Amino acid sequence: MKFIKNTLDKMRPSFEKGGKLHAFHSLFDAIDTLMFVPANTTTKGCHVRDAVDNKRTMITVFIALLPALLFGMYNIGFQHYLSIGEIASSTDYCANFWNNFGYGFLKVLPLLLVSYIVGLGIEVVFAQIRGHEVSEGYFVTGLLIPMICPPDVPLWQLALAVAFAVIIGKEVFGGTGYNFLNPALVARAFLFFSYPIQMSGDTVWIAEKADAFSGATPLGEMIAGATLPSASIMDMFIGFMPGCVGETSAIAILIGALILLVSGVASWRVMLSVFAGGAVMGLIFNAVGANDYMNMPFYYHFLIGGFMFGAVFMATDPVTAAHTNTGKYIYGFLIGIMAVLIRVVNPAYPEGMMLAILLMNVFAPLIDYYVVDANIRKRAKRAKLVNNK
Amino acid sequence: MANMLKLIKNPLSKENPIAVQVLGICSALAVTTQLKPAVVMSLSVMVVVALSNVIVSLLRNTIPSRIRIIVQLVIVSMMVILVDQFLKAFVYDVSKQLSVFVGLIITNCIVMGRLEAFALSHKPLPSFFDGIGNGLGYAVILIILGFVRELFGQGSLWGYKIMPESFFDAGYVNNGLMTMPAMALILVGVIIWIHRSRNEDLCEK
Repeated sequence: MKFIKNTLDKMRPSFEKGGKLHAFHSLFDAIDTLMFVPANTTTKGCHVRDAVDNKRTMITVFIALLPALLFGMYNIGFQHYLSIGEIASSTDYCANFWNNFGYGFLKVLPLLLVSYIVGLGIEVVFAQIRGHEVSEGYFVTGLLIPMICPPDVPLWQLALAVAFAVIIGKEVFGGTGYNFLNPALVARAFLFFSYPIQMSGDTVWIAEKADAFSGATPLGEMIAGATLPSASIMDMFIGFMPGCVGETSAIAILIGALILLVSGVASWRVMLSVFAGGAVMGLIFNAVGANDYMNMPFYYHFLIGGFMFGAVFMATDPVTAAHTNTGKYIYGFLIGIMAVLIRVVNPAYPEGMMLAILLMNVFAPLIDYYVVDANIRKRAKRAKLVNNK
Repeated sequence: MANMLKLIKNPLSKENPIAVQVLGICSALAVTTQLKPAVVMSLSVMVVVALSNVIVSLLRNTIPSRIRIIVQLVIVSMMVILVDQFLKAFVYDVSKQLSVFVGLIITNCIVMGRLEAFALSHKPLPSFFDGIGNGLGYAVILIILGFVRELFGQGSLWGYKIMPESFFDAGYVNNGLMTMPAMALILVGVIIWIHRSRNEDLCEK
């Protein structure tokens, strides 16, 4: 640590104004502030600067994402070797352990590299043009995007989606903190609508799948009319099923959720109400019971597809979620309802979580507006009562 | 003559009906999945704006101002019906493709906008050039949209395959989002973005 700090301090003068490497100052600044809390102190007034700035928050999310990412890597290898028959049974969880992990690691690494190189490249260019520091927002987005893609997504498509998300989803609105849509979901929506063949169906969810093997996700099976997903509830809870890189394992995501909640980075209100909304809608469908999908027990909705991942890592994005506490309940609840509604009712969109979160992202400011408005009216009424007495 | 030239040149950039005045967006999103209908649509709008401009300008001193809107509407719809019949007679397939959007030129804000803002207060000849200019300004955006959307959405231009087969063999896929109106709106946004960053005086303070 000391060594890194000394090196950075030694390099600093050449990046400052007038230094010969000033052109790359935003890059230096990004690395410097990522490693160490900036030494800025407030000069006017008495404000206390918290050491937990945006970058430290982002790193917490990054750590919270790691269990899901590591498990995702293992699962990619597991599903691949299962499909080509090198693993005999889908319950031999530990068979071929290091091969599974190595295969998955090599599948995910290029996705991560493409995502970070393209995304950060664009961020640096914009930071340079607009003269502000490279924002830390992409740090998490860059990890999220590969985690919500199928393992076999072509790299050029991923690169396009990342560029689209960073430029159209974020930079045109002013960069990190000004975007009204979650950039990672913008990237996924771009992929979903642009290249549906590579992003849906039942052949894309297992890397280099053998043709004879059924690669349908639990979501796909339900859409196709199954009574219940073929994977056991335990498999789905641990995450041994085909799916996007990071979304399969409920338990890994819950570990992440615990980290986010204990550190106070994510809002428990949003998380809780997303699950509540999903459960309520699931129960309503159970009561209607018109087909097998509607009859599926409501807690299955949490385990299949990206519901859990979306609820923990996407819906809680502090920039795009509602900001008022009451608003957070409404926002999360509607996400849960929408997600299950889209899944069950609209067969064209097997995964409703992405669309539900994007839709509610758009409505979050409106929810906040009316929550604040209601509060103002309540207090005005109270003031009137007091004055009249 | 310099004045006339200005009437044609201004709407191309500084007073562009789509990129600056944000009029006629609806048809710009709807008809631009391919280049050919986009071009035919732009020509139709250009003809309608130019001719109705001339007619309204000729009548400008006799139209009572209280009922001017309805008179303008009658003139515009007459022009649109003429254009529609012409398209049906000579380019039936494109007319089929444009379907209701030819008829909807009547409600295109650019047409009424020019009649109100220009033709009612100017002589026929300048009105004619103003109509041509605004039609061209509309056409520029439509053709850019049609070009980009057909090239990347379907890999073709004017119906002919442009993207080489070797691209597809190497794993290239047409972009499905490009064929949707949502992407057209984003593209219009990008055009406006580029346009304003090159003309700083257009930016709102």
